Amino acid sequence: MKYIDEFRDGKIARKIATRIAYEVEDERMYRFMEFCGGHTHAIARYGITDLLPASVKMIHGPGCPVCVLPIGRIDQAIRLAMQENVMLCTYGDVMRVPASDGLSLLRARSQGADIRMVYSATDALELARQYPNREVVFLAIGFETTTPPTALIIRQAVTESLGNFSVLCNHVLTPSAITHILQSPVAGNSSSASIDGFVGPAHVSIVIGYRPYETFAREYRKPVVIAGFEPLDVMQSILMLVKQVNEQRYEVENEFTRAVDRDGNTAAQSVMNDVFRLRESFEWRGLGNVTHSALQVRNRYRTFDAEQRFSLTFNTVPDHRQCDCGAILRGVKQPTDCRLFARVCTPENPMGSCMVSSEGACAAHYSYGRFRDIAVVAEEA
Amino acid sequence: MCLAIPALVVSVTDKEKAIVDLDGVRKQISTTLTPEAGVGDYVIVHVGYAIGMLDPDEAQQTLQLFGELVAMSESAR
Repeated sequence: MKYIDEFRDGKIARKIATRIAYEVEDERMYRFMEFCGGHTHAIARYGITDLLPASVKMIHGPGCPVCVLPIGRIDQAIRLAMQENVMLCTYGDVMRVPASDGLSLLRARSQGADIRMVYSATDALELARQYPNREVVFLAIGFETTTPPTALIIRQAVTESLGNFSVLCNHVLTPSAITHILQSPVAGNSSSASIDGFVGPAHVSIVIGYRPYETFAREYRKPVVIAGFEPLDVMQSILMLVKQVNEQRYEVENEFTRAVDRDGNTAAQSVMNDVFRLRESFEWRGLGNVTHSALQVRNRYRTFDAEQRFSLTFNTVPDHRQCDCGAILRGVKQPTDCRLFARVCTPENPMGSCMVSSEGACAAHYSYGRFRDIAVVAEEA
Repeated sequence: MCLAIPALVVSVTDKEKAIVDLDGVRKQISTTLTPEAGVGDYVIVHVGYAIGMLDPDEAQQTLQLFGELVAMSESAR
């Protein structure tokens, strides 16, 4: 496909790798966090780690909306879906996230709850039109990429006076999550990873632009390179980060110029701003409560806010005791550090959220990278 | 989750709606967030919405940059 295949050329990837190897300085480590699950997936799928010198280490970030959604939020959605007359619609990625009591949305459906998988937010709206006597709720999750479509369907529901439609909003914000990681105590006490720079979000930045990253690049003295999700984009951004570190620059650079500019999509920002406001605080799996890191429906649209409409409450639920998703999401642990990884926790039967979405660090490593961990031993004749 | 793909706008059907071509597959999408999108443009499609435009000149420049890099590392040998 045009604008995809050209950015997957293995020959060029190896040339960029040669350049990276040439640029890295002796006796120093380069630790970069790719914030987005899309980058984590690309790194695993295209074997980018194998192309990098040993001194460049990629740390997986929390930019996977399914992974960071805490159990309590899935429980809340299941409780709502179990109510009589409710039809809950959501994106496919959320369906298998493990919740309390051995449930997931998929298992709740098999117990009789009416839960539907949709491709687009508009599909949920269409279901509300088709079933005027049902309470149709759209469980909305995602970062800034996915938020504008949710805002648009709420406005459309207003226009059509759809009285049976509402949104259970779990949209989260990228810049506040990155700031939170940077504010966490620095490595040494193992609660957060030491990071030399960030591969910055691709599609989130189409919406918000790269301006929001400028403050923390300067304040926390960490370079950020906005990169597309194709393997050559990732390789090029790593090269740009290595150069910034060597030259002691802490700037926001943009590798993804074909789709991202400084100001982003202002039409999308204005519709988000019209429909949503900041939550005081929101619980993230792995990061805990993060101030001003998520959105909720504004009061003027409150009849379309499922939390208010059904007087829903949120209860914090601890993760599975042996699941290391939290530490993995903070970049402190690798999937293989978790005792459950590939033993009891697999994409077919995930115990933690990082194994659910293909963008999750565990699922990406399980699908593409786990055989690298096994040493090749020559058999004696 | 943030998966989005570049697609070519082949026709503008309705107000704020367009048909895009995704490697031979045609699909209706919403262009509410990219009112400037017209026939022949590439848009970035996410969950049925065009969330941004793709700039062909910038794409060309990025590819050219990769090309120069290749030439540079070859001459360094």
